[in-house]
Amino acid sequence: MKLNPVLLREMRQRFRTFRTPLIVSLYLLVVGGLCLGYIYLRWRHMPGFYQPGRSRELFITLSMVQLILLAFVTPGLTSGAISAEREKQTLNVLLVTRLKPLGIVAGKMVSSCAFMVLLIVATLPLYNVILLYGGFSPGQMLGVFAFYLVTIFLFGSVGMACSAFFQRTGPSTVAAYGVVFAVMVGTILLGGFIYEVSRVPGPVPAPVPVISQLLQDLNPPVVMMRILGEGAPFGPGRDLVMPYWGIYSAFYLLVSVLLLVWSAARLKPRRAGGRTTWRQ
Amino acid sequence: MISIRGLTKRFGRTMALDGFTLEVQRGSVCGLIGPNGAGKTTAMSILATLQLPDEGDALVGGLNVVENPAGVRALTGYMPDFFGVYDGLRVWEYLDFFASAYYLPEGGRNRLIGNLLELVNLGDKGDCYVDLLSRGMKQRLALARCLVHDPEVLILDEPASGLDPRARAEVKEIIRQLGRMGKTVLISSHILPELAELCDRVAIMENGRVVVSGTVDEVTAAGSGSRLIVVEVVEGAGDLARWLAPRDGVSLAEADGRSVRVFFRGDRNEQAALLREIVAGGYAVTQFHEVRRNLEEAFMAVTGEVNGR
Repeated sequence: MKLNPVLLREMRQRFRTFRTPLIVSLYLLVVGGLCLGYIYLRWRHMPGFYQPGRSRELFITLSMVQLILLAFVTPGLTSGAISAEREKQTLNVLLVTRLKPLGIVAGKMVSSCAFMVLLIVATLPLYNVILLYGGFSPGQMLGVFAFYLVTIFLFGSVGMACSAFFQRTGPSTVAAYGVVFAVMVGTILLGGFIYEVSRVPGPVPAPVPVISQLLQDLNPPVVMMRILGEGAPFGPGRDLVMPYWGIYSAFYLLVSVLLLVWSAARLKPRRAGGRTTWRQ
Repeated sequence: MISIRGLTKRFGRTMALDGFTLEVQRGSVCGLIGPNGAGKTTAMSILATLQLPDEGDALVGGLNVVENPAGVRALTGYMPDFFGVYDGLRVWEYLDFFASAYYLPEGGRNRLIGNLLELVNLGDKGDCYVDLLSRGMKQRLALARCLVHDPEVLILDEPASGLDPRARAEVKEIIRQLGRMGKTVLISSHILPELAELCDRVAIMENGRVVVSGTVDEVTAAGSGSRLIVVEVVEGAGDLARWLAPRDGVSLAEADGRSVRVFFRGDRNEQAALLREIVAGGYAVTQFHEVRRNLEEAFMAVTGEVNGR
């Protein structure tokens, strides 16, 4: 099987520089520091022993920290994927080769996602520290990792689409972080707002409107908390057509694929119906 | 090999190409000359399948750039006027990447890359990082990149821009060699004397269309229709200039020492008639000859005429 040339080149460039081990080290330092700091604080209040029940709390904290870091790092990796090629004036010579635009986008996407997966895999020893004391099942841990993969794919394709849309990396990065913020925070705020507006005050709990339910099923922190066995923030967390993780995965995988296809379409030459074409 | 008919391209209200028409024969080196904004880069990027024309047809090797862009890309090597290189890649890796981007088989790639680097005089730079090469070396590497899939047609947009004279001479020699290899080359440049040396044919562009095209001799002769004639006299050059200035067909007459430079509209018979008049006017003529204008003067004359200057 032949490797995508863009993927091979990106990997070569990315993993050759000193920056990559530096980023991995910094990432581990932040996540590990938080994890060990948490254990230390717990131990400090009750010196001499560590409560195994607390490891679940730690697992949730670690997973949430990791999710927030993913939300920061992934769009940053992909939001310059196409626009930086434009800025460096390397895109034209790439587009006149026999590579298909979708192949170029896919190569860049896989390279960025591979780096994120490396970051996640590098944190596995930290999870082992928690696993030692129990409090959660290996199935939940696998579920969280699968959730991370879907989320990386989503945030990566958001960055890629912004990079294909904007001519410059600066605006592309700002827009990518804006969209990621809307997904991470906006969905739950909007869902909660709709729930509160539609709720009739009274002793009987009001049913959650479908749109609110859907929005909380599409909110990454909420979905992750539910994978970890926590309840939904509003309502009983009923299933819509399929389980919450199915809705999350199916919806965001579809959105991601559409964003990547759209990004590739943006690379194709167009007739100048408007004022500019992508080459300007 | 390249056939362009009535190509039109607009960017908003700006008409970049307005009925651009050009034919380039197989194996010839054709120079595209024009001031900034004439549409050279737009025309070349359409030929390279990077932009779509609004109207008109462009064929490369008989393949339409709009209907069969993949086929055109396989036939064409394109070097844009501005281009960057990838940081952190060695020279051979850079060429290997483009070889893989053209789906060339892995076996034999090393030999191909070695040959290309020898062709562009970078044989000893294979392990250097591309971002550390000098500008001239990057230009030559870009030429090697264009050749990686052995294209029949090369589209080179200002390949020697921004280079020092030595680097320009090296790039020029490589292009000359490509011409000898039978490649069809379409090249644009602002350094007109160099184009005159390199090209079999040239086309002068202005306002998105070709104003004049042909061999270098034909284009330089075409100019604006007026010829530059030098008349050398024993004495009275200033008087002769004043005497010539108001005559029919003379657009400008200026004295320069013992000679007078005359811009004259007329064929060889009219030149002979002018000479008879000067002699009949009592001037002792020692020389009377037409000066062949160079490409730069023809370019200035043609583009000036188009713009009403």
